[in-house]
This record gives sequence, structure tokens and C-alpha cells, in this order.
Amino acid sequence: MSTILKVEDINVYYGSIHAIKGISFSVNEGEIVTLIGANGAGKSTTLNTISGLLRSTTGSITFMDENLARVPPHKIVAKGLALVPEGRRVFLQMTVQENLEMGAFTQSNAGIPKDLEMVYELFPRLRERRRQVSGTLSGGEQQMLAMGRALMSHPKLLMLDEPSMGLAPILVEQIFDIIRNLHKAGSTILLVEQNAQAALSIADRAYVLETGKITVSGTGKELLASPEIKKAYLGG
Amino acid sequence: MNMKLGKLGASETDKLRHMNSFGRKNAITYGFVIVVGAILMALNATGGLSSMMRGMLVPICAYVVMAISLNLTVGIMGELSLGHAGFMSVGAFTGTAAAISLQNLIPQAGLRLFIALLVGAIFGAIFGFLIGIPVLRLKGDYLAIVTLAFGEIIKSIFNNLFVGLDSRGFHFSLLSDKTNLEPDGKLIIGGPMGIGGIQKISTFLAGLILILVALFLVFHFINSRQGRAVMAIRDNRIAAESVGIPVFRYKMTAFTLSAAIAGAAGTLFAMNYSTIVANKFDFNTSILILVFVVLGGQGNLLGGIIAAAALTILPEALRQFSDYRMLVYAIVLILVMLATNNATFRDKLGKCGRKIKSIFGGKAREKEETANV
Repeated sequence: MSTILKVEDINVYYGSIHAIKGISFSVNEGEIVTLIGANGAGKSTTLNTISGLLRSTTGSITFMDENLARVPPHKIVAKGLALVPEGRRVFLQMTVQENLEMGAFTQSNAGIPKDLEMVYELFPRLRERRRQVSGTLSGGEQQMLAMGRALMSHPKLLMLDEPSMGLAPILVEQIFDIIRNLHKAGSTILLVEQNAQAALSIADRAYVLETGKITVSGTGKELLASPEIKKAYLGG
Repeated sequence: MNMKLGKLGASETDKLRHMNSFGRKNAITYGFVIVVGAILMALNATGGLSSMMRGMLVPICAYVVMAISLNLTVGIMGELSLGHAGFMSVGAFTGTAAAISLQNLIPQAGLRLFIALLVGAIFGAIFGFLIGIPVLRLKGDYLAIVTLAFGEIIKSIFNNLFVGLDSRGFHFSLLSDKTNLEPDGKLIIGGPMGIGGIQKISTFLAGLILILVALFLVFHFINSRQGRAVMAIRDNRIAAESVGIPVFRYKMTAFTLSAAIAGAAGTLFAMNYSTIVANKFDFNTSILILVFVVLGGQGNLLGGIIAAAALTILPEALRQFSDYRMLVYAIVLILVMLATNNATFRDKLGKCGRKIKSIFGGKAREKEETANV
């Protein structure tokens, strides 16, 4: 297993606020790696920094042996690093299919019908609603759409920012089933979650973020069993 | 396998249908402009227009083009620009100056107007690009306020700019006339006096052609990859960034195109009058253009065109109310907005529209059939 993403000693500031304090971690090919932590721990900041929306003042982010420090966000997507942003963020005024087509923005047109078919195969619900304006979809469907849209860019690494946010437990289960299926199909996934239980149960490896620092790391199972984690995140 | 092929086929036809609906909407807009333009031209030729209407034909065209231009910024890109009259001003002054400088070189009025429009558009684009660099990094209200400021800055520049032309070439000076022209020279832009002695070479036909060109450019842009990207940015900037759209670059393209069209509209407008001053293109004009776009429906080009034409005629038609003119104008605006936001009224309007569409659709089909025969 080769390392696909390597984050080394990054520091991110919002003005005078030191949000990320020198964290390092890596994602290997074919893995699900999860970053868990409470609100304000710096999970989303980390993902936004990897996708180039924010910049680190130190250290390096290496994706497929290439330093991303000076690469603009749209080129990072073209290199195969896709982010499903927090809070779903679909194009509300476009139809489902148009949303998916936008996802293929960095791809050539020839492959779009095949990729659409692949996404519809994965999310049958989206096929049913492909002509519906996406603003009329439910929260869970919008999350599926956001994930499907990211898949349209053929990501080598898919980064999911709190896919369970604001969803009913049964939908959370469905979303995690889909993530598991993607993983089985060979996708590499970096998952950021507050729902520690769900995230740890599907993750190969996990990192715990606390106020901008990684405090614990290990395999998903180890962390699930760890009494500290249980106490802090899983409710006793 | 067969089933898969079937599904693929379905998605392809979806796409075709989608494109057709785009195409039909565009065709209605083009058709409307051509038909109304042809009727007005026929009326004009036979003397069927009042002198008031005759004098307003070119300004209407110029404002219609402004509405199309601003619709690109406000409706398609989704950013409020409160300084669009500034770009109109740039086009008016640079285009007219070019026409005056070329007066002896190019005697044909049509060709000179064409070059003047081109110069106006190019300078509009240059100003749009330069102003876009700081402005497009902002969002929402902040962007609106800064465009307002740039509109005023452009007005101040032209109010204080002196440009003269003599045998030694162009002379520029700011604040006061320090051009020291040779005796054969001519002051083209005279600061607060603006440009005087303009040959009125703008024609209604030129205005119509400019409207059609502007429509073509904007429709082409909307239906292109870039247009899709710009609309995606309007819809959700974060999502657009996450699918790999270079946000700033695409917004810049749209804004520059919008400014270029506004520049050409300014040239057309200015060449219809014998004098033009910078104060004509002030904040009120920017707001007036914005009202066209909002009243016509943001992103709805046809609506904007109709609103621009109607609201240019309205104040003139209300002259009989003299002092109460602007009051009546405001009341009419409010009534129109109330009416178009009324559910029953909209429903009736929609039915009417569908009927017209079905008539047109029927005709189009007939045409296709005869063409096939």
C-alpha cells in the first residue's frame, strides 16, 4: 500500500487565531481514514487546507508525490482530489443531472454518460430524480448528490466533510453503507466526522483532533475500544 | 447490456431536449427583437411615429443593450453592480472621441460608427477588467458598494479630463485645460463641458444590430461551458470551487464581457446627441439600468429588454403629468411589481404565454415539415 496523501506539520491561522497547530497524518491507497473531533477542533479547516481553499504557513501537503502548497484549488480537483463540502452544498437551482454534469467539470465530455451511469448505479434514488431541481431534494438525497457529484471527477482520494450532518439516524446508516461500498469498490476516502461511533466502525485508521492538535491515533477498532475515546466521544 | 444502452439513450435525449428548450427561449427573444424592430422601422419610414418616439428610438436601443449587459452581471453572475453607468460612460467618451478623431479620415458614417462602437467596447472591456481585479474578490453588498464607488470615480475622471487633437497628435490633461493645442487643433473632451459638436451618426438600424449582437454574445456565453460555470458559482460558490471551477477567472470573463457590451451601448447612446457630459452617467442611471433588470426578471433577457424599452418611453409618455411625472412613474413601477407577483395574475399571464408559445410552436413545426418536403 502506497501513501496517497501525506500531511506534514501544517499550521493554519484565521487571522490571529491558530486553528491548526502542526498536525501530520497520512492516507494510504484503498484506506478509509477518519478525522474525528468535537466542534471547533479543526476538522473542516484541515480538509479545506488540503483542497487549497486555505493555506498552511508551514509544513507540506503531498498528494501522489506532488507538493500542493502552490497549486490553486481548481487544479487540485483536476489532480484527483475531490472534496464533498460540509452542509451538502449542491447547486440548488440546477437539476440532479446538471449537478452531476458540473461535477465532471474537469473531465472530458466523452466520458460523462458512462460516469453518470456509474453514479446512478450507486445511487438509484438519484436516477429517479435526475430531472428534479436539486433544491427540492431531501437532505439525505442532497448528500448523495454531493457525493455523486464528487465521484464524477474520478477522484483518487475522496474527502467527505461531515456527511452525516443534520440527517436522521436511518439516513446516516445509509450514507455510511454507501461509503463502505465505495471503499469496497477500491476508493480511498478521508472522512471527517462528529459521529465518532459510525466513523470509527468503518475506518481502517483514525486520528482524533482536539483544538488543532492530533491527540490520539490508531486503527478504527483500537479507538472504538479505547476507554478515553469512549469517555470523550461515545458517551461513557 | 441492452437495458444499459437504453438508459444511456434516455439521458442523451434528455440533453437534447434540454438544449432545445434553451434554443426555443433564445429564438423567442431574437424573434421579438427582430419583429418589433422591423415594425418600428416600417412605421418610422412611413412617418407613422410621433416625433417623440422618433427621437427615442436610439436611446431605447442603448438602454436595451445596457439591460442585456447588466443582466449578465446581475442575473447570470448574481452580483449586484451599482456602477454600470460608469462603463456606459467609458464607451460614450472613448467611442465618440474615436469617431471625432476619424471624422476626416473615414467619411462613411456607417463605418465610422462601427469603429466607434468597437473602440467603446474595447475600452469598456479594459475598464471592466481593471475594475474587476479588486471588485470580483468581494461578495454581495461589499461588491455592490465598491462598484458604486468606481462608477462615481469614472464620472469624476471624465468630468476633469481634457483631450485635444492637433497636427502633433493627442494631448491629455487633467483638472484644467493645459493641452496647448496648435491653431489647427480641436479640443475633443472638454472636462465638465464633455464632448460637443458630435455628428449624430447613431441610427436605429445600428441600434437594432447592436442589440442582436449583444443578445448573441450573452446567449452564447450562457450556453457555453463558461456560462454554466458562472451560473454554478452564483448558485453555490463553495460547491463550484469543490468541483474544480476557477471562480475568479470565470467571473472576470463574465464581468469583462458585460462591461464591453455596456461600453458599446454608451457609444451608441452618445452618438445620438450633439453633446454629451459625464454627469449623464451618474448613480441614477446605474439604478435605472438595474431597475430594468430587476423588473424584467433577473436572468430573463427578454423581460429586461421589454422593461428597458417600456421604462425609457414611460417618463416621456408621462410628460403631460409634468411635475407629478416621477410620482406616477413610481406608482406604475409598484403596480407592475404587485401585479407580476400576484399568483392569479401570474397564472393568467402564464396561460396566455403558453397559448402564444403553442401557436409559435405549431408554426415552427409546420415550417419544419415544409422544409422537409
